[in-house]
Amino acid sequence: MSLKSKATPAIKLDTLSSVNDLGKPWRYVDEDTGSTVTRTSVWSPPGCHPVGCGLKLHVNDEGKLIRVEGDENHPVTQGRLCPRCIALKDYVYNPDRIIHPMKRAKEDRGQADKWEQITWDEALDIIEERYRTITGEYGRESMVIFTGTGREGGTMAPFATMTFCTPNFCYSQSGYACYTPRLAACAYITGIPYPELDYAAGLPGRYDDPEYEVPEVIVLWGKEPLPSNPDGLFGHAVIDLMRRGSRLISIDPRANWLSTRADYHLRLRPGTDVALGLAMINIIITEGLYDHDFVEYWTYGFEALAERAAEMSPERAAEICGIDVEDIYGAARMYANAKPASILWGLAVDQKTNGMQNGQVIVDLMSITGNIDRPGGQVVGDINSGLNEGGFGFDKGVGPELAQKMIGIKEYPGYCNLILNSHADLTLQCMETDEPYPLRMGMYTGNNLLACTSAEPKRWHDAILRSLDFCIAFDCFMTPSAQATCDIFLPLATVAEREGTTWAEYGAAPLYCGFMNQAIDEGECRSDLELAFLLGKRLNPHMWEEYETVQDFINHLRLGRQFDFEELRKEVVIQQNVQYFKYETGDLRRDGQLGFNTPSGRIELYSSAFAQFGDDPLPYYEEPHFGPVSTPELMEEYPFVLTTGARTYAFFHSEHRQIAYLRELNPDPRVEVNPAVAARLGIADGQWCEVFNHVGSCVQKAKVTDTVDERTIHAQHGWWFPEEDGSEPNLYGTFRSNINNLIPNFHFGKIGFGAPFKSMICNIRPLKESYDTDMSVVWDKFGKLV
Amino acid sequence: MTTYGLLIDYEYCTGCQSCEVTCKEEHEYPVGKWGIRVLDDGPWEIEPKRFNWNKIPVPTDLCDLCADRASVGREPMCVHHCLANVITYGAVEELAGKMNGKSKQVLFVPQFKPYEAKGPFTHDPSKGLRKAKHVEVVENASAERMAAHRGDARVDEV
Repeated sequence: MSLKSKATPAIKLDTLSSVNDLGKPWRYVDEDTGSTVTRTSVWSPPGCHPVGCGLKLHVNDEGKLIRVEGDENHPVTQGRLCPRCIALKDYVYNPDRIIHPMKRAKEDRGQADKWEQITWDEALDIIEERYRTITGEYGRESMVIFTGTGREGGTMAPFATMTFCTPNFCYSQSGYACYTPRLAACAYITGIPYPELDYAAGLPGRYDDPEYEVPEVIVLWGKEPLPSNPDGLFGHAVIDLMRRGSRLISIDPRANWLSTRADYHLRLRPGTDVALGLAMINIIITEGLYDHDFVEYWTYGFEALAERAAEMSPERAAEICGIDVEDIYGAARMYANAKPASILWGLAVDQKTNGMQNGQVIVDLMSITGNIDRPGGQVVGDINSGLNEGGFGFDKGVGPELAQKMIGIKEYPGYCNLILNSHADLTLQCMETDEPYPLRMGMYTGNNLLACTSAEPKRWHDAILRSLDFCIAFDCFMTPSAQATCDIFLPLATVAEREGTTWAEYGAAPLYCGFMNQAIDEGECRSDLELAFLLGKRLNPHMWEEYETVQDFINHLRLGRQFDFEELRKEVVIQQNVQYFKYETGDLRRDGQLGFNTPSGRIELYSSAFAQFGDDPLPYYEEPHFGPVSTPELMEEYPFVLTTGARTYAFFHSEHRQIAYLRELNPDPRVEVNPAVAARLGIADGQWCEVFNHVGSCVQKAKVTDTVDERTIHAQHGWWFPEEDGSEPNLYGTFRSNINNLIPNFHFGKIGFGAPFKSMICNIRPLKESYDTDMSVVWDKFGKLV
Repeated sequence: MTTYGLLIDYEYCTGCQSCEVTCKEEHEYPVGKWGIRVLDDGPWEIEPKRFNWNKIPVPTDLCDLCADRASVGREPMCVHHCLANVITYGAVEELAGKMNGKSKQVLFVPQFKPYEAKGPFTHDPSKGLRKAKHVEVVENASAERMAAHRGDARVDEV
């Protein structure tokens, strides 16, 4: 990590008035209202990726948060803010928020009225007793931590490595079909963790910085960055760049706002991306449009890649993907001719069985066009960047012997070793069978798997109830997952109540680091960092001796002991130092030599790492496991390709359903159906429908729209209804509208990554019943803040 | 008196709805009430592969242009939080100048609670001064049978 020493003054937006808060310190008194304002750069909760948007939190004399504003001093967000943080007050003071620890007897799981408020001391006593008893009998490997996505809790590996000292830290989505497959592909091929669109986030002059070049073309590949700030990218940076001349190519089955602005919108059949990528590589090589010097000096295996790509003619790809061949030629030429050009790759890359190969073709495209580590191309971190908590405490807290017991490490070492996670699908199987050993204790950190993360959620539900004797929830609100399966609930602090850091995009690229400054206290809530520390001191004090305070821990985990939180917090946001063309300086390799951190020292278009983990060293196309080609016999019954999980502005995954102002933007789960399909099946706009296949079914409300074509159905994810009865079997209605009922586990690729969340099949039929949300009920229940 | 308005560059409005939510927070408008709404025109196909899809924020009759903030020289909250930075607040003459040479813009001059702005009804005493005259009215024998005055031949059947 390499930070500038001070915050860079933000560039004022034209629309901001001359009366503003530019230049204000990290904490000040507002002249108009007399409230104390704390400036902060936030991660979570409420859920988001580490974007570190700038907030000004206004607090009155009574210590109440009375106002939330975007901080114009932030170099990237510049005062702009999305609805989710605008409504932060409604989250903090929501009448449904839980701000004290609670317990419930195991036999009362699933009964919403059986929780009993307890003290932190009692909660810690219970956890310690259960931990000692269970791990004493079954070993520390009998403890599993279910992590979610985006939030700090989702990546807080020290919970596993240092607090509970278990090897089983488990992101519970089948095939870890989120972020990591891309990360793995990039790391295997280039030794770089993440190749981000260069949006000048680390440069003091931003888009006008002399070092920067505006990309001529931005390719959005399975990514719609505006609603979700995916992976920690401030999505509307794409709009900033469009204003400065960037043109777009969109590769996406669905039409979205950005794709309708693109020069080329390739609306491919979901899951066929690798065929398209190979054809683009083929065109770029055949027509000599690649960066000849970069390929010659800095890549390995170009000839082999060329040979492999030659097998995928654009005409064949056009047929596989169901798009016009001229558009493949046009898009490939446009991308290759643009200097610089950048690809934004999205979650859709991961959510297919051969997602690793999809990552591979994209990194290959970035590489042969010479856009890696170039201004306005892909901005990349040096050898010291990337998720620092991944292996933090692992050697000491888990150790080599216990590491070998990590679920899946023998079957899928490329998965388990890369992210030090137990394999999601095999963890499910383990809970169903007690093989290879029993799992008996669990904890959720930033995860609501029954509503959101996991495929076949009812199967997860049954497996957890079958196997875990004790389970801990740590969240801001009761969730269907905690209601069904937990015995202790610990209250989690929001961004307004906590300290910490926000390395934009998990620190994977040289962007900026934000500092979370606490503005208020609410109940007895703790942050992820605080709980890891507090519980760790109890359960495994040998791991925590060197930390007297949580800030000591932050300084080590988050700041590598190079910086002091107490000093830097006052800067609120500090840009990282940006350096380009690092392969020419030795900053990409651990040994300091020129080139890349791979066995050959070059970008491995022919990948030795892929080969090492039992996969083909070259990218190859594999049909989605379900679809017109793989399962023609199923297509009569389930004639549509199902994609799921497009993001909304209102929600972060399964969160925010009880925030009335946000729920109002999207009151019901929506399934998108093409108008011609709707007419054929007798579905009216706004009519409730059953979406179903051979795995399961759910109900959602039809949105008849041209965003999907006639062969595709898209359904929202993450739905539950906090206004409904939380007890079993209803569980806030979570199984009623959960699209993951239709997604099977165990359809990942050879290395263990990938899952068909965006390339399943389904059918749809209209229903007579209406399940419309009554917003007056939501307003009555959640609108009056406490 | 200067007239103020909102200039919207809807070329870049992405429909993020930050304006809608921040307005509700600022004015404490409950569910069902809004100070600004993002209208959604599309997507519909102009020609194959080319869509029309415009999102346009439209201030409602509950938009007061954040009068409290304006009084201390600050911009309305929708302007402050707009993720795509497409809303500009100012005097309409100045905003109209910015429309020159830039397509896909629209200028709104909202009216907060137009009924209230009109004020309660008051009668203008200078109007309606003609008084009825007194004349003798006699009985009307021709009105014995009431009928609609219709031009066809079936009047009798009514």
